[in-house]
Amino acid sequence: MTTKAWKTEGSPMPDIVIIPSFITIRFILIQNRAGKTRLAKWYMNFDDDEKQKLIEEVHAVVTVRDAKHTNFVEFRNFKIVYRRYAGLYFCICVDVNDNNLCYLEAIHNFVEVLNEYFHNVCELDLVFNFFKVYTVVDEMFLAGEIRETSQTKVLKQLLMLNSLE
Amino acid sequence: MPAVRGDGMRGLAVFISDIRNCKSKEAEIKRINKELANIRSKFKGDKTLDGYQKKKYVCKLLFIFLLGHDIDFGHMEAVNLLSSNKYSEKQIGYLFISVLVNTNSDLIKLIIQSIKNDLQSRNPIHVNLALQCIANIGSKDMAEAFGTEIPKLLVSGDTMDVVKQSAALCLLRLFRKSPEIIPGGEWTSRIIHLLNDPHMGVVTAATSLIDALVKKNPDEYKGCVTLAVARLSRIVTASYTDLQDYTYYFVPAPWLSVKLLRLLQNYNPPSEEPGVKGRLTECLETIFNKAQEPPKSKKVQHSNAKNAVLFEAISLIIHNDSEANLLVRACNQLGQFLSNRETNLRYLALESMCHLATSEFSHEAVKKHQEVVILSMKMEKDVSVRQQAVDLLYAMCDKTNAEEIVQEMLAYLETADYSIREEMVLKVAILAEKYATDFTWYVDVILNLIRIAGDYVSEEVWYRVIQIVINREEVQAYAAKTVFEALQAPTCHENMVKVGGYILGEFGNLIAGDTKSSPQVQFELLHSKYHLCSAATRALLLSTYIKLVNLFPEIKNRVQEVFRADSNLRSADVELQQRASEYLQLSIVASSDVLATVLEEMPAFPERESSILAVLKKKKPGRIPDDVRESKSPQPSIIPAPTMNSTNNTNNSSADLLGLSTPPGSNSTTGNGLLDVLGDLYTTPKISPTTVQQNNIKKFLFKNNGVLFENDLIQIGVKSEFRQNLGRIGLFYGNKTQFPIQNVHPELHWTDLHKLNVQMKPMEPVLEAGAQIQQMLTAECIEDFTDAPTMSVSFIYNNVPQKITMKLPLTLNKFFEPTEMNGESFFARWKNLGGEQQRAQKIFKAQGAIDLAATRTKLAGFGMQLLDGIDPNPDNFVCAGIVHTRMQQVGCLMRLEPNKQAQMFRLTVRSSKESASQEICNLLADQF
Repeated sequence: MTTKAWKTEGSPMPDIVIIPSFITIRFILIQNRAGKTRLAKWYMNFDDDEKQKLIEEVHAVVTVRDAKHTNFVEFRNFKIVYRRYAGLYFCICVDVNDNNLCYLEAIHNFVEVLNEYFHNVCELDLVFNFFKVYTVVDEMFLAGEIRETSQTKVLKQLLMLNSLE
Repeated sequence: MPAVRGDGMRGLAVFISDIRNCKSKEAEIKRINKELANIRSKFKGDKTLDGYQKKKYVCKLLFIFLLGHDIDFGHMEAVNLLSSNKYSEKQIGYLFISVLVNTNSDLIKLIIQSIKNDLQSRNPIHVNLALQCIANIGSKDMAEAFGTEIPKLLVSGDTMDVVKQSAALCLLRLFRKSPEIIPGGEWTSRIIHLLNDPHMGVVTAATSLIDALVKKNPDEYKGCVTLAVARLSRIVTASYTDLQDYTYYFVPAPWLSVKLLRLLQNYNPPSEEPGVKGRLTECLETIFNKAQEPPKSKKVQHSNAKNAVLFEAISLIIHNDSEANLLVRACNQLGQFLSNRETNLRYLALESMCHLATSEFSHEAVKKHQEVVILSMKMEKDVSVRQQAVDLLYAMCDKTNAEEIVQEMLAYLETADYSIREEMVLKVAILAEKYATDFTWYVDVILNLIRIAGDYVSEEVWYRVIQIVINREEVQAYAAKTVFEALQAPTCHENMVKVGGYILGEFGNLIAGDTKSSPQVQFELLHSKYHLCSAATRALLLSTYIKLVNLFPEIKNRVQEVFRADSNLRSADVELQQRASEYLQLSIVASSDVLATVLEEMPAFPERESSILAVLKKKKPGRIPDDVRESKSPQPSIIPAPTMNSTNNTNNSSADLLGLSTPPGSNSTTGNGLLDVLGDLYTTPKISPTTVQQNNIKKFLFKNNGVLFENDLIQIGVKSEFRQNLGRIGLFYGNKTQFPIQNVHPELHWTDLHKLNVQMKPMEPVLEAGAQIQQMLTAECIEDFTDAPTMSVSFIYNNVPQKITMKLPLTLNKFFEPTEMNGESFFARWKNLGGEQQRAQKIFKAQGAIDLAATRTKLAGFGMQLLDGIDPNPDNFVCAGIVHTRMQQVGCLMRLEPNKQAQMFRLTVRSSKESASQEICNLLADQF
């Protein structure tokens, strides 16, 4: 909780969760249909309870949607861009006026990298190699921004790291 | 491709399998506790663990943490891993710390040195890990420790591309935390020039950084525009084979294109230079052209990537809002999407068109798609798409199509999703009002709204129809006739009874000539609904009845009978009882003249912005396009005035029957008396979200405790105490509702930062239903100050963000210490402080008749010592006190001279400091 805010007067609507401005991706979640989290990457400082609440809410919002629905859903002050792959939901939380399709394809790009890296990725890969999934994320997204989009470049880097002791 | 699965730590894999095989939560906890014990003993044991073992155990701990269990050890082992030379060990160490550490942790201090070492390492992999860790944690300490290092890494020629990418985003993260870390001067140009970097990944990362810097300091980074346009131009004209690694499903660098297009939206226009401008226009046209080309792939990824760029280009065009060609072209393109088979595209097209509809260049073009949009509203499977269609219809509505759009929306309302009904009702009501040329149409629409969706018609909506009917003579008879007919339906919504009651009470006489709606019939019709209504509506109807007595003396006996009925005169509801008995009495004792004066027709309401519009704006901030067309289409003149103050209606005794407004106070005195009686307790004003309210700070000049703020949701009380130059202020937040109030987040702002110091203790963010929580503030007066801190409290109630703003009762006089002195020394000092620089004086009118006793009470609470028997004139007040500040003590004398004849006061303040005299004088002026 901020103790003092010096010069935020005139700032727009208060964010529901507290406010580093200009951030694009607030968090990335991978969940299965039962609501088990397979990856949670936070780009804002939420406390643990808040994280748990967000995880549950996102799950509730996303799983009820039909395949014919859009891949975007308004969520609190934000927007979840999500895509379902088999039993897994990949969700990215961004600002309401961010570019939806851009993040939808960022998800797919990420999934294709995982698929290549884990050789036909499945949910179990994410469970047993959770610590490597974080590496993949950090190569492609950093500080809430898209860092690298070239699958070739990301994979090359990942394989190089993999070969290290 | 090496098989990644299962390599590495076998023990970890076994543990994860065990956990997965647990049949119950208890078994899982048991297994975890066993593992925790094992790890703890390993860490404590004599045998030194090698790096691999440490890595494995730390990784297990991390896994346990991610399952949702607390981890209270292992941090030191993780820190140790950072100094390992092996990548895999370092990586686990950094990961553990990034995931477990919150930014305040002491642990950060411990790892700063390790990070520093890695940053200076010659091994780019270690540098990269360190950067990623900083970017993930991004604490203030890190900003301080690495603020100079990272910019160097970013622009140095020796840095590898992969590291540069991380450095750019790492810097962005630290910049968000501490904006001052970005060096200015020559660095600006070096950072901007990253847009020219040959490595597209570096450009991708750097664009995000530059975007944030531009937002902070647009002028300094203006140079980025030319480079961004050039870069964009190279991408959009490239063939998909040119940018191999960065081509995604035949689309060249879609993400970078989007980022560049967004970067350009920070300026309007992006550039004044004709060359750059022309080049940008070419880019945008190329993007449109490509959208028309046959797809290079049937995969949805191809079209999504292509359209991501297209939508961003359209955003830029809308943002610039200057090129008619491009705007119309955008509109045509989006029109095609409206019937695309991809739901995503239809949704986005509707959304984007909403913005186009507000531009004067493309408004007409958007209107061409009206039919398709109406179909979308009716047929789409996804409610969020239907919602977008409603928004677009609202945005594209103008005088020419209002009747049709309103008609369609009304028709759809019968089957619309519950979740969007309330908002649709508001929208229909606003459109009907705004574009009405014939107010009978408006009345019909609103009554239809009540018929179709009565439950969703909020007070604002039916208040508004009454305001308009009262203000427009030509529609009154029609309104009376129409409500009379509507009330004849066997069942009608209570809101209809309210509107009917009010209108017949005012204008029933206009239709009384018709035997079908004779006075008796009107009364009996209304009264037939009475017993089915809530107390609030009954109270309103009782007022209608007394008004009918005035209009139609012939039904007086019948009405008196109703007032006399036990269910009214002895109603358990005190308001009904009071109304019944007072109205009854009034009808008995008052002559017809008096009655006619008292129950005169309501005066016209002041013209003002529709309160409904205000509600809608607040419901959906950002999604309701501002009414840009107001300037173009001729207004139907009923809403010309600026914003109304819909807030602060807690205590102004709403003077008309419904509390619809504050009427002009021109009524006769008898009128006022009755108006008070009629002041309606039942019309609890709805809280509009995100109200900014000003409390009456002045009353806290003379006291330290009381209710600082109150509305229907929340009450904030204050209790404070002061000693010398220090103060403690307790704020008490009370939740008045049945539901929790969440994310309570108070913030303070004040301008005299160096004169006043206020610290706020953190508080619980959740305020349970009916609960009260306390928050402590401490204040220190450093120097005399003028600006009391403003506190804004944001919170979520019922998923609606709210924000209230108020002044804290923290004024200079709080730091007074009263000083006793005799007449002699008072006047000696008074004379000494006679210089121009020390005096402040004000003459002001008394607020009412001068009441010396009340003045005395107030002054006693102000903080100075009241000195009696000193001033030769016993009516004058003199006071003395010392203002304590950290810098100095300011002796202060005050004299207040009432002039009963003139109903004026003269206030003089003298002190050793001019600014203090001024402030004390300002605070006290106009208070008596």
